[in-house]
Amino acid sequence: MNLPPELKYTASHEWARLEADGTVSVGITDHAQEQLGDIVFVEPPKVGRQVAAGESVGVVESVKAASDIYAPLAGEVVANNDELGASPERINADAYGAWMYRLKPADAADLAKLLDSAAYAKASAE
Amino acid sequence: MLKTTPLNAIHRAAGARMVDFGGWDMPVNYGSQIEEHHAVRRSAGVFDVSHMRSVDLEGKGVRDFLRFALANDVAKLKLPGKALYSCLLDESAGVIDDLIAYYFRDDWFRLVVNAGTADGDIDWLHRLNALAGHGVALRSRDDLAMIAVQGPQAREAFWRAFPETRAATESLVPFQAARVGDDIVVARTGYTGEDGFEVSCPADEVATLWNGVVAAGARPCGLGARDTLRLEAGMNLYGQDMDTGASPFDAGLAWTVDLAGARGFFGRKALEARPRACDFLGLVLEDKGGVLRAHQIVLAERGEGEITSGTFSPTLGVSIALARLPVGTAPGEKVRVQVRDKELAARVVKPPFVRHGKPLI
Repeated sequence: MNLPPELKYTASHEWARLEADGTVSVGITDHAQEQLGDIVFVEPPKVGRQVAAGESVGVVESVKAASDIYAPLAGEVVANNDELGASPERINADAYGAWMYRLKPADAADLAKLLDSAAYAKASAE
Repeated sequence: MLKTTPLNAIHRAAGARMVDFGGWDMPVNYGSQIEEHHAVRRSAGVFDVSHMRSVDLEGKGVRDFLRFALANDVAKLKLPGKALYSCLLDESAGVIDDLIAYYFRDDWFRLVVNAGTADGDIDWLHRLNALAGHGVALRSRDDLAMIAVQGPQAREAFWRAFPETRAATESLVPFQAARVGDDIVVARTGYTGEDGFEVSCPADEVATLWNGVVAAGARPCGLGARDTLRLEAGMNLYGQDMDTGASPFDAGLAWTVDLAGARGFFGRKALEARPRACDFLGLVLEDKGGVLRAHQIVLAERGEGEITSGTFSPTLGVSIALARLPVGTAPGEKVRVQVRDKELAARVVKPPFVRHGKPLI
């Protein structure tokens, strides 16, 4: 399983990365994109929306199925990756490069509560 | 325990993602469903369809039996090898299955039926056989496997791999088959809207066929691409676009029901008495914001409808669907579709959406 060790993960197959400016980028894991197949549509949460940890905030649709995406942390949505609107297949090509949205976390310490790569590998193998 | 086809190990070695498809362990894709789809529209792809069942019907009365059992009329099959598509109807004119019937000899026809419905079909045919009294012998050909080679270059790829079959298969027209060996049948049929062959053979010979056409340039394709291809081609999927709850008229299959003359096929009276429940048409999503999927509600001028199959069309680059719409809905009408928490605009069209590589809508 392709799981960069510097990222944090959720059992619902999101990854989270702390950026230099203190925001957290969120995407779906390589395992998730592989399960979904060719991705054809992404709907990230609107910029400005306050989200709770574990809340369903958007949708990713593949040729096969629609799947909810969840917020790994509480916070405010501060950016969307607009490139994915025209080229959602970038998620298939590079799941960890293709971030979907960025959060300004309510409490940056929450990041430490997410799964590390080993724990995610174990959770997603079950 | 899932059933496997004789090509299972080959699929796994090729890196296929396998899924449970109606109790069968089948490849859904070998990497990218969309690339497999494009291969079939632009050049050639090959599918393992060994889960489909061939049923041989033999005996002097077989043609009369099938004229009774099927909604389409096998009297149209006059040349050995000719085939037709038909529904098998129940007593209320619901669709038990859709199938292709091949005429080989006056005492031998073959039906190729869906995997999930095969056992039920055979039980049903036994009942009709007892009822009709033609004394037909039914034989489920579990010993056969099948591949589908599809695409504008599919036949050429097949002939490159098996040049000895060319003479016998070159002159086949659509819906015509040739027997090229003891138990090998090459049919110019398919489920993609492209040219090509469906080839059935003894199970232990199918790997040779598969490897041959792959070496000749046909790309292995999974059930995922098969579904987007058939949907673009406006072809129904049993269990999704029709089932025993729908008559063929409610599933866009009126063209497969032969009402000429007084032929008393099973289900005819019920069909003629049954009011039409819906118009079966296509939809093209015009708004951004999601993908059309089965069970989404359609809000049309004359009332509500429902999508039976929907997907993203790789050829058209938009989402398309087949839907049951209120009777009287016409192509061109604008409708709204409930996609999650939104209502998105869609346009009603007459399927197919794509044929022979060309957009039709």
